[in-house]
Amino acid sequence: MNSPDPSTRIRRNIGDLLFFNLTRAFAAFTLLLLAGIIVSLGIGSWESISKFGVGFLWSQQWNPPMDDFGALIPIYGTIVTSLIALVIAVPVSFGIALFLTELSPVWLRRPLGTAIELLAAIPSIVYGMWGLLVFAPLFAQYVQPFLAATIGQIPFIGALFSGPPLGIGLLTAGIILAIMIIPFIASVMRDVFAVTPDMLKESAYGVGGTTWEVVWNVVLPYTKVGVIGGIMLGLGRALGETMAVTFVIGNTNLISGISLYAPGNSITSTLANEFGEATPGLYTGALIELGLILFLITLTVLVFSKLLLMRLARKEGSQA
Amino acid sequence: MNMREKLISVVAVATIAATSVAAYAADVTGAGASFPAPIYAKWADGYNKATGNRINYQSIGSGGGIKQITAKTVDFGASDMPLKPEVLEKDGLMQFPTVIGGVVPVVNITGIKPGDMRLTGAVLADIYLGKITKWNDKAIAELNPKLQLPAQDIAIVRRADGSGTTFLFTNYLSKVSEEWKSKVGEGTAVQWPAGLGGKGNEGVSAFLQRVPAAIGYVEYAYAKQNKLAHVMLKNVAGNFVAPDDATFKAAAAGADWTKSAMAEILTNQGGKDAWPITGATFILMHKVQAKPEQATEAIKFFDWSYKNGGKMADELDYVALPESLVKLIHASWGNIKDASGKAVWSGK
Repeated sequence: MNSPDPSTRIRRNIGDLLFFNLTRAFAAFTLLLLAGIIVSLGIGSWESISKFGVGFLWSQQWNPPMDDFGALIPIYGTIVTSLIALVIAVPVSFGIALFLTELSPVWLRRPLGTAIELLAAIPSIVYGMWGLLVFAPLFAQYVQPFLAATIGQIPFIGALFSGPPLGIGLLTAGIILAIMIIPFIASVMRDVFAVTPDMLKESAYGVGGTTWEVVWNVVLPYTKVGVIGGIMLGLGRALGETMAVTFVIGNTNLISGISLYAPGNSITSTLANEFGEATPGLYTGALIELGLILFLITLTVLVFSKLLLMRLARKEGSQA
Repeated sequence: MNMREKLISVVAVATIAATSVAAYAADVTGAGASFPAPIYAKWADGYNKATGNRINYQSIGSGGGIKQITAKTVDFGASDMPLKPEVLEKDGLMQFPTVIGGVVPVVNITGIKPGDMRLTGAVLADIYLGKITKWNDKAIAELNPKLQLPAQDIAIVRRADGSGTTFLFTNYLSKVSEEWKSKVGEGTAVQWPAGLGGKGNEGVSAFLQRVPAAIGYVEYAYAKQNKLAHVMLKNVAGNFVAPDDATFKAAAAGADWTKSAMAEILTNQGGKDAWPITGATFILMHKVQAKPEQATEAIKFFDWSYKNGGKMADELDYVALPESLVKLIHASWGNIKDASGKAVWSGK
């Protein structure tokens, strides 16, 4: 094999250099874009930030004609619906992933897995309309009265399931969100469960472990980083989901007790509903500040999950 | 082809693409209110067929329209809510109405047909304030002696999204109820004391049909096309009127458009047949034009639409402006000038 002559080598080096700089520029561009978004959100909401200060975060007012705004109701709605979604979606996704990797007959795995991934491809507006027109009436007629008559009778927790069964509200929004994020969490869990080395699992089965024991004590600890990553992916999607939530959350800026049956509002649905017709000035500023708050919530979730993963990794190190 | 040659050709293609986009920029562009978007699209289509000129209207909402025209990124803005004269003055804008529409309270009560229920503004305000809670309340029963009113709770439905429809509705309630004015006020979105929020006319209508014994409000065209049970309202003259072209026109004819920069809101007008929740939708333009030829083209479009667009407006259940008002608008266009102070539209 001949060594390349010097001119070819130089040309190749220039190509490498160009490629390196190009990719670096792309990466830097993303960071610049992020900084740009934060700065423009800050500038856009400055009028509102300087008028309401920190009190914006816990004021219940949302009164455009009187120019009095607060973010408590949208923040509450966003967090509560996302939590409901996680409470439902995580165990269900875990079950799906477990079935697909450990229990399902091999011939069923591929079609079932594909079907679950297809759920993720349904546009969110379809979930919203289905939620409003099909799910909510059935939910109001059968499920809500049943929940109120059973769980609703337990002290303390019961208050969450009281009030008139309207079919729309925080609980409905949370359930629709859960259906939307299940495919994401389930497919990530399935993929990470599948990479657990067979040797580990077979050893566990070899010493007489049941399927549950193998999954709980071997597969899950081995894959916890991936599992938490999948849950965070789902949470991120739930926090930012707009269209489906807007349809079913009720869009009401009132907190009347802690019942999950009550209609509420989320940050994204407030933005989607009101941004187009908002008059420039304080009103628009307050809406942009809501966007900034959502951005900060998502950032906090991301940072928190990274910290959690780091702590897990450190604990593992000390054990070994 | 090596890397560098490839890059150069990519840049070249991109430049050519960018220039050819710039060549189309002569189209007149407008943006704003979604309520009149269907009729603007229809007019633009008719205008294009008649003259070959193109109008590009983006339905992004009134707030967006105001922002875009203030930033001068479009040739005209559109808003369902007229701007106050001092705001127009500050931003160097002028405004004129294009079509009229109405807002209609609708009910869904078993056995009650369109036009059966009679209400006054004060009773409507008390219902939306949550003070009247049952359909067989004395205040409603007195207005409807012939109706069998159920002893059901009134379910209140309203728009969840900001909209010109909500603006007209709350503007009317503020005019007829002091309590509404001080407690809630008027705007494209307000802090509602009660009720469920549906997104858009179709969202309100969906809740109206689902929740028993409900009241809501929608655009006239939507109520008519879907045969919703509209309410008769008592106007200032003391007559109960039904919403239709004639009662909207009566409201528009009664207003005095010569004062206050055409910032007329047609709610609660005095005419004998006037529908009380009527309103026009508006176009915003800069008084001093940096691109006068674009402004001329935009005005030509609206001139053509006033002359030829009445029938199209009828088909879409909007109401065309009365002749006298169109004359005033023609006169107001004389205020749109280029940088040297020459009017951009000569009346041809």
